[in-house]
Amino acid sequence: MNVPRESTSNLDRRAVVAQLLAGRGDALLITGLGSTTWDAAAVGDSAANFYVWGGMGGAAMIGLGLALAQPERRVLVITGDGEMLMGLGAMATIAVQGPKNLAVVVIDNEVYGETGMQFTHTRFGVDLAGMAAAAGFESACTVYTQSDLDTLSSAIYEAPGTLFADVKVSTERHETVLPPRDGTYLKHRFRTALLGDPEKGALVGRKE
Amino acid sequence: MTSGAVNSDSSEWPEAVFRVLCNAGVTQVAYVPDAGHARLIELCNANEAMHSVALTSEEEGIALLSGAWLGGARGVLLMQSSGVGNCINMLSVVQECRFPLLSIVTMRGEWGEFNPWQVPMGQGVSRALENAGVIVHHVDDAGDLAETVAAASELAFNAFRAVAVSVSQRILGSKEWK
Repeated sequence: MNVPRESTSNLDRRAVVAQLLAGRGDALLITGLGSTTWDAAAVGDSAANFYVWGGMGGAAMIGLGLALAQPERRVLVITGDGEMLMGLGAMATIAVQGPKNLAVVVIDNEVYGETGMQFTHTRFGVDLAGMAAAAGFESACTVYTQSDLDTLSSAIYEAPGTLFADVKVSTERHETVLPPRDGTYLKHRFRTALLGDPEKGALVGRKE
Repeated sequence: MTSGAVNSDSSEWPEAVFRVLCNAGVTQVAYVPDAGHARLIELCNANEAMHSVALTSEEEGIALLSGAWLGGARGVLLMQSSGVGNCINMLSVVQECRFPLLSIVTMRGEWGEFNPWQVPMGQGVSRALENAGVIVHHVDDAGDLAETVAAASELAFNAFRAVAVSVSQRILGSKEWK
């Protein structure tokens, strides 16, 4: 069996997510279950945020469905390394679709932070950005430094094709900041903010 | 109306179901291929108004269509009965958020099956889906299929429910082994 490597990053996850969201404009945000949801809530709750409190492995695919439905809007997925590892097939599916308005960012602390800090596969060297590049993402990178992060902060909103980034962060834990958690409420709130009517899309093809 | 005037020659059910999906405003078609869905997938791939999204595993489709609805779009998930088991935890997202879900499930392990490995999941499809909060419409007669998909799409998109139409192996024919 492989041995775990040393964790090398000293980037702080809260500061990373705050910087990534600072320039979001009207971008739509999907977060994965656990720490990335608390990180986004700590930056500030928004109706344009959809927090996935369950469905581990599904965040990137929810982002794909949204990006295909809203090609004129920028869609950002921010999720954890454990969540992404559970849905690796999504990398292939997203790369084949290649939506130009989708960026998937993994906040990679190399541990399962919510369950006792057990190592994820990335601590053993599994390279998520390498996998995304091999799947065919137009751009894929691993971020280790503040300088890399500064570049990424604009690239996630300006990249001409589907982007993947694995941002290595420290294992430091933060206060849990809870956003709303009722899924039906989050759905209606998001659709009302985006579409103007939570029932928009219903009754298509049907005479009243 | 999405229902009515959709019955047709039973051998042309893929065309009839495709028309139902068009009438229902479906623009995202997610699938893991199955022989029983092959013609319907061809029709969807050839339609420029539809995003055809091939999946590596069926639960991706549950998540995809949840995102589609967040963005104001409707979709359908085409899969084989064996894929139902792959969807179970992701269906909790659909139930918790009350996302609409329309799925068409072609059955194996159900009628004249040759491969014993298909039987456990095939026999468990209805119970697995119902346990996960999905309403199941089973269809044994090809002539009923388009009308059932139309009714299921109304229940999904207008009444905000998760609905699966399971298509009997009796309609699709047992796989021939040469």
